[in-house]
Amino acid sequence: MILQGENILKQYQHDRGIINALDHVSFTVNNGDFVTVTGPSGSGKSTLLLSLFGLIRLTSGNIIFEGHRIDNISDRKLTDIRKKSVGYILQSFALIPYLTTIQNVMVPLMLEKISGKEQVKRAAEILDYIGLSDRMEHLPRELSAGQQQRVAIARSIVHKPRLIMADEPTGNLDPALSLEILEFLKKINQENKITIIMVTHSPVAAGYGTMKLHLNEGKIVIGKS
Amino acid sequence: MTISKLVLIELWKRKSQLITGLLAITLGIAVIVAIQSVSVVSEQNVARNLDNLGANILVLPQGASIDDYYTSDIDAPTLPMDYVERILTSTISGVDNMSPKLTRRVKVGEQSVVLTGILPKSEIASKPLWQSSGLTGIEIKAACAPGQTANQSHGMEDEKLKRKAIDTLNSNDCIAGSQVAKRLNLSAKKPISILGKEFNVVKILSETGTVDDDRIFANLKDVQRLLGIENQVSAIEIMGCCNAISDGLLSKLRNILPDTRVTTIGQIVSTQIETNQLMKKVTLVMLIIIFFVGGISIGNFIWANVNERKREIGILRMMGAERRTIYKMFLLKALILGIAGGILGFLLGTLAGVILGPYLAGIIVKPVYIYLLWSILLSVAISLAGSLVPTYLAAKFDPHSNLQED
Repeated sequence: MILQGENILKQYQHDRGIINALDHVSFTVNNGDFVTVTGPSGSGKSTLLLSLFGLIRLTSGNIIFEGHRIDNISDRKLTDIRKKSVGYILQSFALIPYLTTIQNVMVPLMLEKISGKEQVKRAAEILDYIGLSDRMEHLPRELSAGQQQRVAIARSIVHKPRLIMADEPTGNLDPALSLEILEFLKKINQENKITIIMVTHSPVAAGYGTMKLHLNEGKIVIGKS
Repeated sequence: MTISKLVLIELWKRKSQLITGLLAITLGIAVIVAIQSVSVVSEQNVARNLDNLGANILVLPQGASIDDYYTSDIDAPTLPMDYVERILTSTISGVDNMSPKLTRRVKVGEQSVVLTGILPKSEIASKPLWQSSGLTGIEIKAACAPGQTANQSHGMEDEKLKRKAIDTLNSNDCIAGSQVAKRLNLSAKKPISILGKEFNVVKILSETGTVDDDRIFANLKDVQRLLGIENQVSAIEIMGCCNAISDGLLSKLRNILPDTRVTTIGQIVSTQIETNQLMKKVTLVMLIIIFFVGGISIGNFIWANVNERKREIGILRMMGAERRTIYKMFLLKALILGIAGGILGFLLGTLAGVILGPYLAGIIVKPVYIYLLWSILLSVAISLAGSLVPTYLAAKFDPHSNLQED
């Protein structure tokens, strides 16, 4: 078991009263799982993803990561866990626009204060792995959408995380590119034994999951592996 | 890659924004440097002129006027010679030189001349024009030059030594002004009889354009004895540093010499003091304006930059960047802007001073290199102060709210 959620409750104060974005959600993710989280808009998918490592604080409930509770630890410790153990992939790629491909991939290593030479070596290896070694000095705007998302994937795995959190990674891509990205994620999951939790609207993407969670109105209505 | 490199890359890739951000602070620093450069050189020039004129403070007997001093009437009041000692033994600073004088109008043959008793070295040291006549090799520096204290203005550290009046003009020797020498047909090494006493003319002074041209100078003690007013002087001429004058030198002298009249010579001193004070006020006002305008401008620039980079801040925080990393990113940027603004402001201001100085103030302005350090420090302080609030807000952003999909 790498990650466990127990009775996760996240409430928001709204004009019409309190809204339960996550309503006592519980689940267990094992090492090497490819988890897909589906559900309609507003069902709490992204809230779940962001709340797991403190980007959104829970109202109540426990989150256990690698045997330790992390829902009640300081921001600084959560930041440290995110830096070392988690990679994020977003729908909009979120690349830094003024950095080249290789520089974008080096950012997580920079945050870990890894030496410059090692940063270049590891970033170049990862870019080679995802087939972008010929685009290392290109700026994001000089890359296609698919290439940009591959750079984002490279950035999410360059520091060898144990978990990748992907929020609609194919949401901005056409079906062909979506399949390409999903195949990359599957490859990363299988070859590197990195656990992936992916939020998606797409049934095709959901099909890649080895564990599938379906959320509706903040509750898990289907959970199967 | 490091945070510093990230900041430099961002600055370099957004050069047009960088120029906009630098503009206000650079121009502000440039204005201050230009004003200061011109005013410092102006002060130095006036100070040099003051020194060339000689003494700028007169200590006269109570009730005597400056006219009395110049006309040197037979019954003009006097003051005790002890007052020189009183100034010497005081702790007053800013008195660069003193010259006690006894002056009386006397007859030499049919001609009326002004006989002045002096203590020669101090007299010579207080008149650079005399030095250029070859009487002494002592170089007098501008007393008001910034960075010089009164004690150092003649290159002498020992104040007592500097003020000590030494009698080296031999008894029976005298020095004649250029005009009186012409009138009396005097020449060097030629004797002259004054009030029945024979004097040797040791030097004819070059024309100075002052009252000294019409005077004959002899040893003070000889003159006192000859006129029968021993241990009395008509005036004590003082060369005071004009910064010290503006700091209250006159009132300090009045305190230790209560029954005298202490006054400055000419409007030049007061004009210079007023100019100095005006320039200081202008600089201070400019400094306050620059601090606010520059700080707000940099703060606005950094805030716009923060807003533009919300998504970047969000992803960095998501990837594990601590708040202090965000602080470092923006404060480092502000620091670089501050340093660049300081250097550019110094260069621009100095260039403006050098080019405009001759036209506006009729002076040749040279770069004051210490202003580079002050420009950078000031610019960095303004830049950091202006960036504190936007940086604090940037570090407080919720990462997820900045990553909401479009």
